[in-house]
Amino acid sequence: MIGACRPEQPRGRGPLNYRAPPMDLLEYKGKQVLARHGVAQLPGREATTVDEAVAVAEEVGYPAIIKAQVKIGGRGKAGGIKLANTPHEVREHATNILGMDIRGHTVHVLWVQRASKITSEYYAAVVFDRAAKAPLVMLSTKGGIDIEQVAADHPTALATLHVDPLVGFHPFHARRLAYEAGVDADVVRLVGDMLATLYEAFTQEEATLVEVNPLVITPEREVMALDAKVTLDDNAMFRHPDNAALDDLIDADEQETMAKQRGLTYVKLDGDIGIFGNGAGLVMSTLDVVAHAGGRPANFLDAGGGAKAEAIAASVEVILSNPNVKAVLFNVFGGITRCDEVARGIIDAYEILKPRVPFVVRLDGTNDVEARELLAGANLPHVYPEATMDGAAERVVALAREGVTA
Amino acid sequence: MSILVDESTRLVVAGLTGREGSYHAMNNRRYGTNVVAGVTPGKGGQDVEGVPVFNTFREAVAATGANTAMIFVPPRFAADSILEAEDAGIATIVAITEGIPAHDELLIYNVLERNPDVRLIGPNCPGVLSPGKANVGIIPAAFFKPGNVGVVSRSGTLTYQIGNELAQSGFGNSTIVGIGGDPVPGSSFVDIVALFEDDPQTELIVMSGEIGGSAEEEAAAYIAEHVSKPVVGYVAGLTAPPGKTMGHAGAIVSGSSGGGQAKIDALEAVGVRVGRTPTQVAHIAVEILGGSGVRQNA
Repeated sequence: MIGACRPEQPRGRGPLNYRAPPMDLLEYKGKQVLARHGVAQLPGREATTVDEAVAVAEEVGYPAIIKAQVKIGGRGKAGGIKLANTPHEVREHATNILGMDIRGHTVHVLWVQRASKITSEYYAAVVFDRAAKAPLVMLSTKGGIDIEQVAADHPTALATLHVDPLVGFHPFHARRLAYEAGVDADVVRLVGDMLATLYEAFTQEEATLVEVNPLVITPEREVMALDAKVTLDDNAMFRHPDNAALDDLIDADEQETMAKQRGLTYVKLDGDIGIFGNGAGLVMSTLDVVAHAGGRPANFLDAGGGAKAEAIAASVEVILSNPNVKAVLFNVFGGITRCDEVARGIIDAYEILKPRVPFVVRLDGTNDVEARELLAGANLPHVYPEATMDGAAERVVALAREGVTA
Repeated sequence: MSILVDESTRLVVAGLTGREGSYHAMNNRRYGTNVVAGVTPGKGGQDVEGVPVFNTFREAVAATGANTAMIFVPPRFAADSILEAEDAGIATIVAITEGIPAHDELLIYNVLERNPDVRLIGPNCPGVLSPGKANVGIIPAAFFKPGNVGVVSRSGTLTYQIGNELAQSGFGNSTIVGIGGDPVPGSSFVDIVALFEDDPQTELIVMSGEIGGSAEEEAAAYIAEHVSKPVVGYVAGLTAPPGKTMGHAGAIVSGSSGGGQAKIDALEAVGVRVGRTPTQVAHIAVEILGGSGVRQNA
């Protein structure tokens, strides 16, 4: 039988199984990346304390802008962006913004920059358009606001163009976008150069998003990036060792950090039913089936193909470290993964961790009969085998409701 | 009949000399797949359990008449390997490798799109299985029997789950195709559904999608216009939170796009019945095909 006949099986975390989420950069790190390609910006620096913020403002001059650095939009509306004319005002705003919660993201870093006079606010972006299988370059003269709103209210105000990656981005593309968007005639050339630079940064840094909103035109007719939203492809980091250091885990959840260190694919959710499964699709499906049965999953955890007993024990440890978890569902279809290995992992984990919540175990596929025998033989309290995925979901939801503790 | 792989498949494996490559290639050979060659630069002249290894795809094709490639090399070398297979005239390329950089996938897609004689399945996929004929990849073939249900999926284990439930109801498969969980798959649902529509062995198509992108919506539009066979759908990740990558690089709801409910709505609007759980998918398929199917070896 395939996948069941070799003691030395390929494990799930080999070089072929490296998984990576997109890497969103904080504004100031995005600006560092764009600066490498010569994108013009106003002088500024990051600050992590109130004193540091004042020092940066003194250095760049007044009026100064204080901006919260979080990986979520709507900072201005939340009070995370303020203008300061004096050191006293910098101190006041920095004190308020540091530690502020913006839609679940705590502010740990500020960006302090010299404010500038602005004549126009544009929008420019290069997006990895997966549906079109091509980079999408966008330009609008209605910048500084939510671009999805602009696209909805004034569809003609957003000029867009797909670039053939084998041809690249050429000056005529830039001119076409600039004239279609209706940028001021005297800055067509400069805005076009900016688009070319953003495209270069997008391809050379292997980004999936480079967005500048607003792209400003100053009274001196300079074109500058006042903001930067850059998302890098984690799968390409082996070609960009410098960029790997730009990742920061300040917003990371305790369990997610723990899982990352163990090489597990884990996403924290807000429910109370721990989920263990193999294969991203099956795990997503398991979350849905649990929700369908009236429960709320506490996490997504994909143990990958061919997971071994020790990896399973590590996964269980991560799941149980979330204090909200009231019951755990193991839903495994053994292909490369052997169900008897999973059963051994569950038994080991149970003995080491002595969980206080019930486990519902549904194992199907390769070596499932042996797996069920192992579990039955171990005779663990509060471990409930189930034959089907739907039945297992209903059982775990009922157990979580009852609040059974072992 | 069946699609993509069968008795005429002559398989060359990139990465045959690696641990995972040799393990799965030999599994494929034991299943009956005609594994004719391996490609590993610098190891030309060696063999793996009797399968000759060549330095380049061109040499492998010239010496063995290979027509199908399986890519089993690490992500940093995978794009090069796929482009080399295309350059050597391979018609069907199955890329198992997970974690290929997105910009590499963009390049591969746009190069291969210009060649009407090549088809890429994957990357980041479990491969293609035509039960009783050939297995190219890592699909556990023991669970599947020949039959009349074609399956196309973005997920491996979910495919096994659905396929196994169909098997328990007595149904087998024409071909099972994993198109992979990456943002830029070489073949889409539309491509594979079109092949199943033209395949006489396939009487029903199961399409298992997930959140992220718009491949399911595109498939719905295509099915409405071009597909006469019944299609049963599934979409995983309905309850996934926006902005989070759910294991597969492509499985992410971004802003207003990629959500599961919109995909289900698009499919149902064109008459595709969508199961809410994998078990329901199997039940619907059995209902359409009528009772417990014994129409194997169609």
